[in-house]
Formats: sequence, structure tokens, C-alpha cells
Amino acid sequence: MALTDSELKNLKEKAAQLRKDIIDVTFWAGGAHIGGALSMVEIITILYYKYMKIDPENPDWEERDRFVLSKGHAGVGLAPMLANVGFFDKEILKTFNKFNSPFGMHLDSLKVRGLDASTGSLGHGLSMALGMALAARVKNLNYKTYCLLGDGELNEGSNWEAMMAASHYKTTNLIPIVDYNKHMIDGRVEEVMSLEPLDKKWEAFGFEVLKVDGHNFIELDKALEKAVSAVEKPVVIIANTIKGKGVDFMEDETKWHYGSIDSIAWEKAKASVKVDL
Amino acid sequence: MAKEILGTTWTVYDADTLTQAEIYGKVLTELGEKHKDIVALTADLAKSTKIGKFNEVFPERFFNVGIAEQNLFGVAAGMAKAGLLPVVSTMATFASMRAAEQVRTDICYQNLNVKIIATHAGVSFGAAGSTHHCLEDLSIMRAFPNMTVIVPADGIETANAVKAAIEEHKGPVYIRIGRGFEPPYYKNDDYGFEIGKAVKLREGTDITIIATGVTVLQAVEAADFLKENDGISVEVINMHTIKPIDRQAVLDAVNNSRRILTVEEHNIM
Ligand SMILES: Cc1ncc(C[n+]2csc(CCOP(=O)(O)OP(=O)(O)O)c2C)c(N)n1
Repeated sequence: MALTDSELKNLKEKAAQLRKDIIDVTFWAGGAHIGGALSMVEIITILYYKYMKIDPENPDWEERDRFVLSKGHAGVGLAPMLANVGFFDKEILKTFNKFNSPFGMHLDSLKVRGLDASTGSLGHGLSMALGMALAARVKNLNYKTYCLLGDGELNEGSNWEAMMAASHYKTTNLIPIVDYNKHMIDGRVEEVMSLEPLDKKWEAFGFEVLKVDGHNFIELDKALEKAVSAVEKPVVIIANTIKGKGVDFMEDETKWHYGSIDSIAWEKAKASVKVDL
Repeated sequence: MAKEILGTTWTVYDADTLTQAEIYGKVLTELGEKHKDIVALTADLAKSTKIGKFNEVFPERFFNVGIAEQNLFGVAAGMAKAGLLPVVSTMATFASMRAAEQVRTDICYQNLNVKIIATHAGVSFGAAGSTHHCLEDLSIMRAFPNMTVIVPADGIETANAVKAAIEEHKGPVYIRIGRGFEPPYYKNDDYGFEIGKAVKLREGTDITIIATGVTVLQAVEAADFLKENDGISVEVINMHTIKPIDRQAVLDAVNNSRRILTVEEHNIM
């Protein structure tokens, strides 16, 4: 069902809140992978608030939908999301990156409630997500597994092993989403290691490709609607995004892949977050 | 007459005291039948590792991911995370090196219940050349947190190890075996196999040989030879579990003979 106006308004508010949380955690932590966390805000917001069946009271619920953040460095974006949907109190994120905290930059599934997989070494998430999707088939369960990948991350060969296997096994219950923000650490994706034509590559590996504006909830919603009802072959959503989205001085800047902010930048960053992008 | 006995991931060519049905039935069908959560995975080595036998009985729980070991172990991790019990087989060299990071990060660091049965270890596939030898896997695997490392002496001990790994131990296990052509030491499986507990095979007071894997039989033969020909009293210990090592067994040996010789089919440097 298409998003109603009030649902859309609610999602936009949740996204703006998440952006502010990401800025806060980055400030508290003394630095974080903020650029790639900001680019995925709408994607994880619509997943956690509209699509995913989860139960924060029962994080290990067998039939829950799964989410694997393959671009694990963006943990600073996922951690406040898990707090916002009720897995733990947001206050604890003041310890993010700190000695003895359960929260490192890359989140650990043995320590973080509601986290479906530890990630951080790029190129591992899609395989694990595929394993979860195949497990659903073996166990006759209906859950979906979503997997968010970075564009730079797609340089890793293991992703392509997993794609080949996903289309071989026709795991339509696995939904990969690419956060196509066009930057990696050392520069723009097309300069460091070109990916284009990215859609043709996924197609050649057996996927139906849906390309959307990854900051537009209506487009994301339509694509997800289609992806969750796929039967023939798995669907990948290539979400065109902007690295650093929502914080004016961070947008489309490679250098904000990882960064720290002082109290002045913290105020400025938060002030620039808008509900309507 | 030597009979060929096929297990999940090994072949025993001479075990007159155990019928094919006994090993096969016991370890594979019994475990697969009894534990519906067992899934078997391989990377185009279903035939060579014998894990393909599982496919004949439980095709819906068998996954051949093609020649893609990184994906193989990542998928196994995901399945275990979702509550299944994956048994993964490929050659030791590929399990321990090509996919080392997936085994370490996805499986061991998340302490997942994945059983790796790695075949063709050591120089058991000597004729294949150095790309297929594997004299590094034990050092690599034992360094991974939560990993249990078992090196069975023969087919019968492999059966025991697989069973114990699946039924008595939760968490990652690496079972390292050869090609299946190794002559067996054990005649039957009821000698009290327990993960982490060494087995004394010969009493002796002059020296202790601590052996693991295929070298166990050779150690016993050496002990018998020395006793007969030179009157040397050799204690022999089968250290089938490399991690966690049976410290007490080592300390007792030090106490007993004060001389220890270790024998393994692996690099020590
Ligand atoms: C296997 C591996 N190699 C290198 C790194 C270091 N690293 C962390 S983030 C990153 C760039 C990721 O770029 P991308 O996937 O595009 O992420 P995003 O731009 O969405 O943050 C790199 C190279 C890593 N985490 N894992």
C-alpha cells in the first residue's frame, strides 16, 4: 500500500530525528563514519518503520525480518536507529567508541541488542544475509532479509560470489540495497574503481534492478513494495544517494567519510537538518 | 576384504569391524535424521569431500555454492545466525586460507554453531602438489577465538569427532582430516572419545610421544618397535583435540617420562 500523507510526514520526521542522532553520536564519540551514515538514513528509516517485522521486546524472535548492514562502518547510523525503535536506551550511545562500551564503531552482534550480524570487514554482509535467506527456506519461515551495501564495498569479489549464488538459488526473500553515494575513502567511486554500468552488472548476475532516489520515501516505498513481492528472481534496489546528505557542509564531500565535529560544528550540523529535504 | 565405507566427509577403506551401514547410518543419517537443523554446504567439492552423501538423503538441506569459499563460509555464518546447524566441507587449504577471514570474523567472532570438516589436510593429497598441501591450518584455526580444533586419527575417530562436535558442543569446530586413505588405528568407536580429552594408547616411562591425526598410528607402531627391539618404554598419547589442549595430559606426561616428543603433520615454525 502506498504511503499516506501522514505516513510520509512521519517518516520524514523520523529521518530528521535520526540525522540529529547521528550528529550527536558522532560528536559524543569524537568521530565516526558520518558521511555514509547520513546517506542511508531514508533507506533504514523506511525499513525499520514500515517494512521490517521486528519485536524489540524479543530481539531473537525467529520469524522477524533481518537487516544486515554490510557497510558496517556506518554503525553510527544503525545504532541510534535500533535505539529509536526500542532495542535499548539512546543514552548508552554516549559511550559509543569509548573504552568498555558495548558499542564500537563497527557493531558487534554479541553486544548490541537487535543487531542481526557483526559487520565491518567489507564484502561479508551479503553472504551472511544470503545464509539467513536460505535458512528461512529450510525452516519454512516467511521472513525477509535486507542487506545494505556500500558502492565502494562492491569492489570486493565476495559480493559477486554471493550475487551469483542468490540468483542461482532464486532467493527472492533476500533484498540487497546499494547505498550508491558515489564516494569511498580515497575519492569518488568512478575515479578509484569504476562500477558503471552498475545496473547491468547486477542484471548480468541475475537480478531485477530497481533504481530509485534513495532520499525519496515514495520511490523507496514503491521499489520495496515490488521487491518484497518478487517471485521470479531476486530484486536489488540501487538507491542513488548523496554522501553526507542533510548536513549542508558535508554533502557530496569525500572527506566526510569519517570525521569528527567540535561543538560549533555540532550545532551547525544539527541546525542544517531539515524535515523536508 | 577391505570395504569402502563412506561417511559425510571421509572414506574408510578398511574397517572390517564396522559395516558401511554402521558408520554411514550412525553418523550421517542418524545425525541428519535426528537433527533437522543440520544443513550441509560445500564449494564444488561434494564428491571429493564426501559431503555430497548428505545430498543423496537430504537434498533440500544441501547447498553447493560453487567454487566460492568466501561466500561458502559467509552463508554458513548467516544460516547459523538464523538457527541452523551448518556442516561445511572443502579442502583444508581453502577453508583455512581462502576463507580465513570469513571463518574468523563471521563464524568465530560471532561464536556461531558451524562445523567445518576440512579434508585433504597435511600432505594427504601429496600427489596434487603444493597448492593442495595444507601444513598451516592448525596454527591459523587455533588462533581464532571460540574455535575448537580436532584432528582425528582415522575414520572411526572422525565419526566420533563429527558426532561430538554436533551433539556435545555448541560453537565453531574445525575438524581436520586427510583424504580417507589413511590406515585406521581404531577398531571400534567405544573408547570414550571426548572433545578436549587426550587418549592414552600405550603406557611407558622412558619417553612420551604425543601425536595427533595420521601420526597417531605411526607413533604407536614406533612405540611397539622400540619396546621390542630396544627395550625402550614409550608412552603414546593421542592428542586428537588441539584446542582446547588437554593440559593435564601433557603435565602428567612430563611427570611420568620427563621426555616429550610431539609428532604432527604440520608446520611447527
Ligand atoms: C575489507 C575491508 N577493506 C577496507 C576497509 C576500510 N574501509 C572502511 S569504509 C571504506 C570505504 C567504503 O566505501 P563505501 O562502501 O562506498 O561506503 P560509504 O561510502 O557508503 O560509507 C573502506 C575502504 C574495510 N572496512 N573492510
